[in-house]
Amino acid sequence: MKINDAIFGAIFALLGAVVLVHVQGFPKIPGQDYGPGIFPGLIAAGLLVCGLLLVVSGLRRHQRPTWFEGSDWMRSPRHLGALAAVVLGVAAYILVAEKVGFLLVAPVLLALWFRVLRVGWLRAVVAAAVATLIIWYVFYKLLRVPLPWGVLTPYAF
Amino acid sequence: MEAVAQAFDLVFNLQTMLVIVGAALFGLFVGAVPGLTATMATALLVPVTFFMPPIPAIAAIVTATATAIFAGDIPGCLLRMPGTPASAAYADEAYAMTRKGQAELALGCGLVFSVIGGLFGTLVLILAAPTLAEFALKFSSFEYFWLVLLGLTCAIVITAERPLKGIVSLLLGLMVSAIGLGNPAGFPRFTFGVVDLAGGIGLIPMMIGMFAVAEIIRYAVDTSPAPQVDTQPIRNVFRGMGLLLRRYWLQTLRGSTLGTLVGALPGAGADIAAWMSYAISKKSSKEPQKFGTGHVEGIIESGAANNSAIAGAWIPALVFGIPGDSITAIVVGVLYMKNMNPGPVLFTQNPQNIYAVYLLFILANLIMIPLGWWCIKVAKNLLRVPRNVLMPIILLFCIVGAFAINNTVFDVGVMLLAGVVAYVLQENGFPVAPAILGVVLGTMLEENFVTSMIKADGDLLAFFGRPVAATLGALAIAAWFLPPVIRRLRREAGA
Repeated sequence: MKINDAIFGAIFALLGAVVLVHVQGFPKIPGQDYGPGIFPGLIAAGLLVCGLLLVVSGLRRHQRPTWFEGSDWMRSPRHLGALAAVVLGVAAYILVAEKVGFLLVAPVLLALWFRVLRVGWLRAVVAAAVATLIIWYVFYKLLRVPLPWGVLTPYAF
Repeated sequence: MEAVAQAFDLVFNLQTMLVIVGAALFGLFVGAVPGLTATMATALLVPVTFFMPPIPAIAAIVTATATAIFAGDIPGCLLRMPGTPASAAYADEAYAMTRKGQAELALGCGLVFSVIGGLFGTLVLILAAPTLAEFALKFSSFEYFWLVLLGLTCAIVITAERPLKGIVSLLLGLMVSAIGLGNPAGFPRFTFGVVDLAGGIGLIPMMIGMFAVAEIIRYAVDTSPAPQVDTQPIRNVFRGMGLLLRRYWLQTLRGSTLGTLVGALPGAGADIAAWMSYAISKKSSKEPQKFGTGHVEGIIESGAANNSAIAGAWIPALVFGIPGDSITAIVVGVLYMKNMNPGPVLFTQNPQNIYAVYLLFILANLIMIPLGWWCIKVAKNLLRVPRNVLMPIILLFCIVGAFAINNTVFDVGVMLLAGVVAYVLQENGFPVAPAILGVVLGTMLEENFVTSMIKADGDLLAFFGRPVAATLGALAIAAWFLPPVIRRLRREAGA
């Protein structure tokens, strides 16, 4: 997945500009010139300049710049599915783990990931259950990390 | 002497010993499975070491990284797939040896010269760190400012093919470090009222994202076919090593020295040490035409270099709090969490902890001989571990690990975002090492910059007013002229 440097440059330059404006609102310390805005301000200025340089080099590199160049996996539904499962799976964990509980969310996610990576059904189900229990035991019981119980709270042990 | 005795007590007890053996096995496994790196091993260990006393926690990281860098040679040799980036420089060479039926010689060299390199780096760490620390006790904010800047400059010029992309990566890291209350004025910057952001972005969740989640994404979209494991029997890997050591002692010494130096330079770690050593070995060899055809010389030199880099990276990390590579970037974070704040004071106030670190390095390299030998024996089974089962389990482990540091799902979000961003940036030629250094060193850079500016009353010449500060400043500026040299070495390694 190759994205033209000019696009990255534009994003970073914009980020730098926004931060530069934003730090102007930071409080000044009376009688002193170097407040909380100076350091992020300098970085933002650097980002702005480097971003613009990237734009220039990205545009100059080719006669007709290619904005985006796909990789093999983008034409493969299997790999796109795997990517989506990884990213959306973690996002789903963030959203529902507290409510539903670790012991229910984790095996479902694991089984989903196993399946998109073409692990057989039986193996996927068994591995999901076993891996969840081991990780849960190590972190919840041994290291006392408060993994959420969610809907299972009444049965917590 | 009392401190040395204390250090022995800290290291030679049942808990630490068990941790060392466990971490060695973990490191060997992670190193031997392609796609899992030594930095990832460290990031995955942190949530577990979080709950340990300082010395066992450090023991786990030291041992796991040393063994992982060696074990990375195994799939490089048998599959032509480096297990960690540090073995990439000579994976082709080692695989060529395997095809000539010399797999056991290549693996034996990997093991023996990794141990020698690791011990050499440790020796330099033991000799150099206290001297530097004594020197650093006199440093003021000016010296520290230049030192950090020198480190960040090295990170850019050494790692980036195109320095501009390295600078952007560094600036992004520094920007992330500016988030939160941790600045000299104690003003909540870029928090937008979000409570989770007040303490800044968590270093560990971010590292887990950049080094583990990004790798998992890379695996998920990898379209290359599964490799075939070579099935020649491996017998005595130690045979002929004494002869090789006598014949190539100079190469061993040179590789270890360069490795330690590159390791100690911020931003460059074991992988770059190996590339540079391989290039130098080829360039100064009497038989350069044999390189690439399965010749052992380059494997010896760069195999020693990558392991010595591991120890070398700890020198600036312990003495100045400036990490020498991405592994020690995590280590610096761990040291702060364990109230072992890095810096020269660590050497004078708690010398037993430093001696314990030395002992751990020696032990980690020695334990590698039997365990590494065993690992080579079972390598074929290790390489058959189904990665499609392994990767999802690692991902769940990442989620729980990122959560465990502060018990908040916000950190899981940080991890995911860092992973996606790191993947996209790396795919487009932006190096991640400068970004990590930026995050780790941003606070230190700002503090010393603001303090110096206030002391100097805005006079930039004052930054060169003290002799050491002026030297460091000159070095930081001179470092910008390094890239052409590095590029040439890289080209020669590739050719």
